[in-house]
Amino acid sequence: MLADIWTVFWRDWTVLKHRMTAFILSRMVAPMLYLIAFGWGLGRNIQPTGGGSYIDFLVPGILALNSMNISFNSVTPVHAERVYHKSIEEYIIAPIRPFAYVVGKVLAAVLRGMISSAIIITLAYAFGAHFTITPLFLLVLILNCAVFAGIGFAAAMYLGTYEQMGQVNTYILLPMSFLCGTFFSTRALPDALRVAIECLPLTHTSYLLRGIGSGAEVSMISVAVLAAYLVAVLFISGKAFVNLRK
Amino acid sequence: MIEIRNLRKTFPHKDAQNKNAEKVAVDGLSLTIETGEIFGLLGPNGAGKTTTIRMLTMLTRPTEGEILYDGKRVGDDDDALAIKQMIGVVPQNLNFDQDLTVGENLELHARLYHMSKAERESRIAELLEYVELSGVVNDGVRRLSGGMKRRLLIARALIHHPEILFLDEPTVALDPQVRWRIWELVHRLANDGATVLITTHYIEEAEELCDRVAIMNKGKLIAVDTPKNFISRLGRFVVEWRDDAKRDFRLFDTREDASRFIGTLDTAASIRETNLEDVFIELTGRKEGL
Repeated sequence: MLADIWTVFWRDWTVLKHRMTAFILSRMVAPMLYLIAFGWGLGRNIQPTGGGSYIDFLVPGILALNSMNISFNSVTPVHAERVYHKSIEEYIIAPIRPFAYVVGKVLAAVLRGMISSAIIITLAYAFGAHFTITPLFLLVLILNCAVFAGIGFAAAMYLGTYEQMGQVNTYILLPMSFLCGTFFSTRALPDALRVAIECLPLTHTSYLLRGIGSGAEVSMISVAVLAAYLVAVLFISGKAFVNLRK
Repeated sequence: MIEIRNLRKTFPHKDAQNKNAEKVAVDGLSLTIETGEIFGLLGPNGAGKTTTIRMLTMLTRPTEGEILYDGKRVGDDDDALAIKQMIGVVPQNLNFDQDLTVGENLELHARLYHMSKAERESRIAELLEYVELSGVVNDGVRRLSGGMKRRLLIARALIHHPEILFLDEPTVALDPQVRWRIWELVHRLANDGATVLITTHYIEEAEELCDRVAIMNKGKLIAVDTPKNFISRLGRFVVEWRDDAKRDFRLFDTREDASRFIGTLDTAASIRETNLEDVFIELTGRKEGL
């Protein structure tokens, strides 16, 4: 099973190696703009309620939303492999367990998400942000990447067209990017919306990263929630892959 | 040995009248394919050949029936991985990983079949030479011609030394030289002891390659026999003529019977030896054609 997971991961790593420079450069654009526009620009006039600078508040949010986007979109080519190229059939025919394919793909997406996060952390320090990186901080980032890679995998299995994959970005990821405690506290939202938003995995990630980064106490329940999301999406993804054999 | 017992596959096929309608792709197929045999599945488009191969290779679940490989039942999880290890598949569509090079595509496949690094390296080099693609090992698969892609598909399927090879329309849309090259490869594989199951709608391909042929039409098995027996069973000679611009023919056991029949016709006709195409048209219904 581990060897099969490694094989699936190896494939994505090989593709990433071909495009590493382009990948790194393209991943710098969005965080740079966020840091310039919201950190330097708008951020100078904003004073977070908990004290500190807005850029310190902002960086964990950017890390959370960026790792979500990168991990999700790293898995979306699986949709083309299933619907258009049919190259996924090579894995269905091969003597590997379906779960190995899912885990291998998710781990490869986690790697991309973490490379992208490393770029943001470097840029954030260059922009003068202050936050501490601990093993728990990295664990939360990894969990966040894995959850959204799993969601991306399930979407790639269930959705019929490339347009529908794009709609997941538009209707799910984009609203979460702005509302899940990334740019402002969820306490600013109306109660009903706040409760719904606080159930979402990205909100837990934002608050965990912000808390750990600033050295504050964090709720381990949020870590457990992320872990529960991960188990659920892996289960759904594994089932979806098995069901490809209609 | 592959045993296929009463295999059936239906797909949902909604229409205006019936939302629960089904399309029967394969209907009660039973066959036995012996070890070391080149076995052909012959039929027109929509006959159920590809669906049969997809069920045999575990890409599609049968609706009913069972498949056994040397007594191991497809579907049982413990046996499924062992069966997958012994089969190789050359699909109809060129399903390469578009983001990898020729060599990387082969390496991925070798890794999926748990080959060691040393085994992978030597086997990939050997097979690339076998299919005459050594010069493009570092090229992206997108850059290959159609014939090169077909040969690469065969190399990929052979990497793990499969005991059973499935070829689904392996020479479709290829020029005659490449087709001959692929036929040569299939013969070499069979000589090495592999069981080969090939689907085709090229009659001459079945005639050239197969020890036995199963003729399918509309999901059903029409007949199974050797190409030679099919021909001798239905008649070794064909009289062919045109009737109102439509081709017609009749099969005869002897040339004398055929000549006698020509004498009764009031139009020009010719006699030739029967081929598998005549058998196919005779068995699948003259209006079906190919």
